[in-house]
Amino acid sequence: MKNQIFLNKGLFLVFVFILILSGCGKKTQGPLIESDAPNKVYIEPGKYDEFYAFVSGGFSGQMAVYGLPSGRLFREIPVFSQNPENGYGYTEETKPMLETTHGFIPWDDSHHCELSMTDGVPDGRWLFINGNNTPRIARVDLKTFKTVEIIEIPNSAGNHSSPFITPNSEYVVAGTRFSIPIENKDVPISSYKDNFKGAISFLKVDKNTGEMGIAFQLITPPFDYDLSHAGKGPSDGWFFFSCYNSEQAHTLIEVNASQKDKDYIMAVNWKKIEELVAQGKGTEMPTEFYHNKYEDKTHSAKSEIIKKVKTLKPEDIAGNIFYIPCPKSPHGADVDPSGEFIVGGGKLASVIPVFAFSKMVKAIEGKEFEGEVAGIPVLKYESVLSGEVKNPGLGPLHTEFDDKGHAYTSCFVSSEIVKWDVKTKEVIDRIPVYYSVGHLLIPGGDSKKPYGKYLLAMNKITKDRFLPTGPELTQSAQLIDISGDKMKILLDFPTVGEPHYAQGIPAEIISKNSQRIYKIEENQHPYVTKAEKDARVERKGNEIHVYMTAIRSHLAPDNIEGVKVGDVVYFHLTNLEQDWDIPHGFTIMGNENSELLVMPGETCTIKWTPKTAGMYPFYCTDFCSALHQEMQGYLRVSAKDSNVPLTFSIGKKEQ
Amino acid sequence: MKSRIAIFSISLILISVYFIPVWRIDLEAPQYPEGLGMNIWINKITGDLNTINNLNHYIGMKSIEPDSIQELKIMPYVLAFLILIGIVVSISSKRILLLGWVLFFIILGIAGGVDFYLWEYDYGHNLSPDAAIKIPGMSYQPPLIGTKELANFTASSLPDAGGYILIAFGILSVLILFYELKFKKN
Repeated sequence: MKNQIFLNKGLFLVFVFILILSGCGKKTQGPLIESDAPNKVYIEPGKYDEFYAFVSGGFSGQMAVYGLPSGRLFREIPVFSQNPENGYGYTEETKPMLETTHGFIPWDDSHHCELSMTDGVPDGRWLFINGNNTPRIARVDLKTFKTVEIIEIPNSAGNHSSPFITPNSEYVVAGTRFSIPIENKDVPISSYKDNFKGAISFLKVDKNTGEMGIAFQLITPPFDYDLSHAGKGPSDGWFFFSCYNSEQAHTLIEVNASQKDKDYIMAVNWKKIEELVAQGKGTEMPTEFYHNKYEDKTHSAKSEIIKKVKTLKPEDIAGNIFYIPCPKSPHGADVDPSGEFIVGGGKLASVIPVFAFSKMVKAIEGKEFEGEVAGIPVLKYESVLSGEVKNPGLGPLHTEFDDKGHAYTSCFVSSEIVKWDVKTKEVIDRIPVYYSVGHLLIPGGDSKKPYGKYLLAMNKITKDRFLPTGPELTQSAQLIDISGDKMKILLDFPTVGEPHYAQGIPAEIISKNSQRIYKIEENQHPYVTKAEKDARVERKGNEIHVYMTAIRSHLAPDNIEGVKVGDVVYFHLTNLEQDWDIPHGFTIMGNENSELLVMPGETCTIKWTPKTAGMYPFYCTDFCSALHQEMQGYLRVSAKDSNVPLTFSIGKKEQ
Repeated sequence: MKSRIAIFSISLILISVYFIPVWRIDLEAPQYPEGLGMNIWINKITGDLNTINNLNHYIGMKSIEPDSIQELKIMPYVLAFLILIGIVVSISSKRILLLGWVLFFIILGIAGGVDFYLWEYDYGHNLSPDAAIKIPGMSYQPPLIGTKELANFTASSLPDAGGYILIAFGILSVLILFYELKFKKN
């Protein structure tokens, strides 16, 4: 994505130059106040938004949750990056979530959110999001808004074409943006065409638990797989992956991967391939990848290393994989709500090609091929094409749909959203955005049932839209009303990180299931303390385990003595509250880890290694109650050779 | 005859009081828009008891422990006795028994009210001297029935479904007694 931004920023400059030369470079925007925009986005205090928007954080590695139409930020869910605010990735319980074969990775580049679906419609159970840099997919449970699973993708190197989902959440996919040698090894970069391959992974999703597992990988030619979407309705059973760099360049990709007029959309019949795999096709290859799972009952994550993966070569799946030529360096591969039309977003193309699934099926039957790449037939462009949207705008990237037969395409270079008719391919309307839009979001806009009321444009360049904050600016989202014939801009709001793809869903589907507390009687954490009377401190060699409880307004125990330099102290804090929105925090002076933020009924552990003898205060970091400031204690650290006995207490009266 | 059927029926209806709460105390505060509630059954207390106890510790109120409240152990037997006598009254036609039954219930009602008031008084006034929050002259006794402001909470004490059944039972039994005494003098 970064490369594309540089490329497109370059193009943008060229384009602006042309605009200035032609004397029409000034964009104007009338005042909004005459319109009814304020009423449309104003949510009365205490009232709720109509939609949840789940927006990827890009280089923040996280995901942000907003309300639409207000644009209010509710929460940032830590996914791939450590979050000292609540201890994610710092606590003993959550550290395993960020383990990979490359070690503990505290960060990633999270790009695309995808909601789980039932019958092609978002069902609000889980949300999947990809880690682009160290290839991974995470799953967030939408009852708790917690990251509960992260699985590493072997043989991949840049998990960009991910984690798009099939209509009944059978599979999420992971197409690699970088092709690499499979298995990864030390070869000259110049041997790219011979040694490099692009792996496309299909991850089976358990329909009850949501748990992922890599079912199989397709080993395809060394292109850069960019985005994808599953077919639905008539095209259910197929998956469509856009790819660029069909030139198979390995240097100065900006130029060398932009030579051909057309790259491809790869069409894959996953239902047939699933059958072939069930029949035993494919090769099991040794590999290694991490599968990290978090369990609510134990409030803890565990890592498992998996050592094999099933791979299939094009010849193993002949007749079930095809390339559709697509102009030029396509980004989006988007399927309309009917499932008949597949839209390619050719970043460098002057048209938007719209392919028809029914024509693709006929072309395959009639063997209307123009050639083949590595044994994969390339269909004739015209045979699959339903039509082209002419003069859509420059740099078409990504398309979403409404429920009235319209498509909306983001145009990065000309910085606008273009609305067009899916059947006639006529451009109906266009609206400028500020500036250089990447992805779009329409709630349900990539499903069978879009809610065609709002469109959210996620812009890559912000410049003068908000009060300046030095060279580093927030990124900007813009809410557009698409309920009428003309698109109308309603609202600008800043975003967390750099949003790429996002998902929206009617709020009610999720809010009604949102969990308020963890039941203390269900807590199976190995270090839980279920009652204050059981709070204690235990020594195991040089390990000190503090079984601590928190309830308004004290931590128990709050006086601890007998810890020595050289000891490793684990604070296992259980929040005994069973009351909604009463978390407790915890930290101790000189703590090299983060704080803890413990939800009612939850147990969290932070590790602390005191280095010098002395007095170490600890306290609750969340303003929990009127006596929050009194929620504090002391831990005494003695010299290594001291003979201070290990003691602990709370509420001991002075002698 | 009609009276006997009526007495029999209202006695049976009393059985439902085993399955629904009799009284409720509701608390509302700015930070508890969803409210906190305590439901008193004839043999137990349910609702947000833990949360209420936890909040009460700030003012030094004793923890409400259903296990240590004797009334909750006795009440199921008292109710069973009331139902049993009702059935006996409906079978025999002794008016004196009916009178005794109604009087027993009325005394029981008054005793229950007094007991509940004393219980509330005890919890509201017997506060720990070590309490973090002490407001001079302030006690935290909820009303016997009705609504009252207690610090940041608005406390209301009202009959729950079972309580309304008991009230209805009381009114009906008195009416039956009047009917028997007035129109069937012979």
